[in-house]
Amino acid sequence: MALKRRLTNLFIYILLLAGSVIMLGPLAWTISTSLKSQKNVFDIPPKWIPDPATWSNYQDVWAKAPLLFGFLNSTIIVVTVLTIGIFISTMAAYAFSKFDFPFKEGLFLALLGTMMIPYSVVMIPQYIGFSEVGWVDTLLPLIVPGLFGNIVTIFFFRQFMQGSIPSELIDAAKIDGASYFRTFLTVAIPIAKPAIAAQAALGFMGIWNDFLGPLIYLHTPEKQTIQVLIASMQSSYISTSNYPALMAASIIALIPVVIVFFMAQRYFIESMAISGIKG
Amino acid sequence: MKWNQLSGHRRKDMMWSLLFVTPPVLGFLIFGLAPLLTSFGLSFMSWDMLTPAEFIGLDNFSKMLDDEKFYKSLFNTLVLLVGIPLGMICALTLAVMMNRSLKGISIFRTIYYIPVISPIMALSLLWQWMLNYDYGIINEFIWKIFGVQGPNWLGDPNWVKPSFILMGLWSGVGGTMVLYLAGLQAISSTYYEAAEVDGATRWHQFKHITLPLLSPIHFFVVVMGVIGTFQSFSQMYIMAVDGGPEYSGATIVFYIFQEAFRYFNMGYASSVAWVLGIIIFIVTLIQFRFSKRWVYQD
Repeated sequence: MALKRRLTNLFIYILLLAGSVIMLGPLAWTISTSLKSQKNVFDIPPKWIPDPATWSNYQDVWAKAPLLFGFLNSTIIVVTVLTIGIFISTMAAYAFSKFDFPFKEGLFLALLGTMMIPYSVVMIPQYIGFSEVGWVDTLLPLIVPGLFGNIVTIFFFRQFMQGSIPSELIDAAKIDGASYFRTFLTVAIPIAKPAIAAQAALGFMGIWNDFLGPLIYLHTPEKQTIQVLIASMQSSYISTSNYPALMAASIIALIPVVIVFFMAQRYFIESMAISGIKG
Repeated sequence: MKWNQLSGHRRKDMMWSLLFVTPPVLGFLIFGLAPLLTSFGLSFMSWDMLTPAEFIGLDNFSKMLDDEKFYKSLFNTLVLLVGIPLGMICALTLAVMMNRSLKGISIFRTIYYIPVISPIMALSLLWQWMLNYDYGIINEFIWKIFGVQGPNWLGDPNWVKPSFILMGLWSGVGGTMVLYLAGLQAISSTYYEAAEVDGATRWHQFKHITLPLLSPIHFFVVVMGVIGTFQSFSQMYIMAVDGGPEYSGATIVFYIFQEAFRYFNMGYASSVAWVLGIIIFIVTLIQFRFSKRWVYQD
């Protein structure tokens, strides 16, 4: 029996390992290509270890396209939307989870309803509206809507707060003379920290990787996010067949998310699982 | 209870609560409801953002019925739905394999999850390169293993959609797998112990215990997968230039994007967007209706 189990485990290990090769192979191939020179990239048969290896693609890409601006713009959007948007979302979730007030159910349902509206339906009027106020080709259309909070985040926080903030604690703070806002800051926020971290990690990924929104609004290269900037490199900065440069650019865009992922891995996977089951 | 009968404390709490939920409600009105209504109005108009808008009744919708590109993009989007069951099978298989106490299992979990967090833009560029007809690594493998020339993935109208499905499988399997893994871990072992006593085989246990108890997750994955697939855009935009050969790689959102932001047919694009919204709504509604028949609730 023990032998049989061990054999099964070994078999599963091998299968999972084979799967990992399929998952990591493309990424390894990207790195390998990015280190090749343009004249070796079409070698047949292809080599996995670049020989000679060169960093010049990274330097080229960095010199040719305003990638620093791309990073900066993406960072500005992520930081403002995450700090303000998540704070606003926690406030709303706190009220929805711990208090009674007029129209509570109706308002919450209305907010949930926005999840049903596909972005493609609202993107055209939003574009028209933002172009009326002269915000096209600025970061504002990508920042401002996010400052009002996000219903998925609110929903997640509400579920979390309902279960983990005891009403007695809120009452006790009130008896001690703490105001509503102060109670929120000193009681609710510290308890909600793990949920906030999870949503921040998820939010970072969503905003950093966003493509359609920035593509619609940002036209000047210096104003584009890193995603749109690199996607447009294909046509504007390097020729389509310059795969080493394109792969170097892809790696540059990948690095920040991979770093954040490894730092906050636990939160990513947990919050995916939680929101999946409860949603 | 009347407003003025409430104690001062409770009334204050209510005021504060309303204040706390005001920003998202305002956001909903400005960036949700208002655009939704505007979009509805626009779908009965013709407007290029330069000349004044013109009310044209149902003309946009009748134009749609005659537009081959509309049918093609709708058809392409429907074909891509095939990726959902394929992804579920792969993800569930992986989750079952991982649902045991093996050393280093969390490393596997991380590896399978990396594409999920990666920017779709970077993944699209990388797959475009891997799927290259002459020099792509995938055709190189096909040549090595089967000794035949692989397909012209992104250049042949018949192979563009399979390319997207393949890429979607690779990049999405980790996310679904994590959901299944959480579901598997939530199943009480007593079910299996009882089945073991009754002499049920492993396969029977899987079929009659695991699969039904995971049905809420199947349901979630299908619903979200359908909504997501109907709105897929980025990989098509990058990998299939102008919709690909014979428009075989264009999705409905790609079509809307082109009409709105390339040709500035704002009215027409809005009407297509509304049709898409209604399709998504109806399909989701049907799924919820049918869910009572097969989704297990405790």
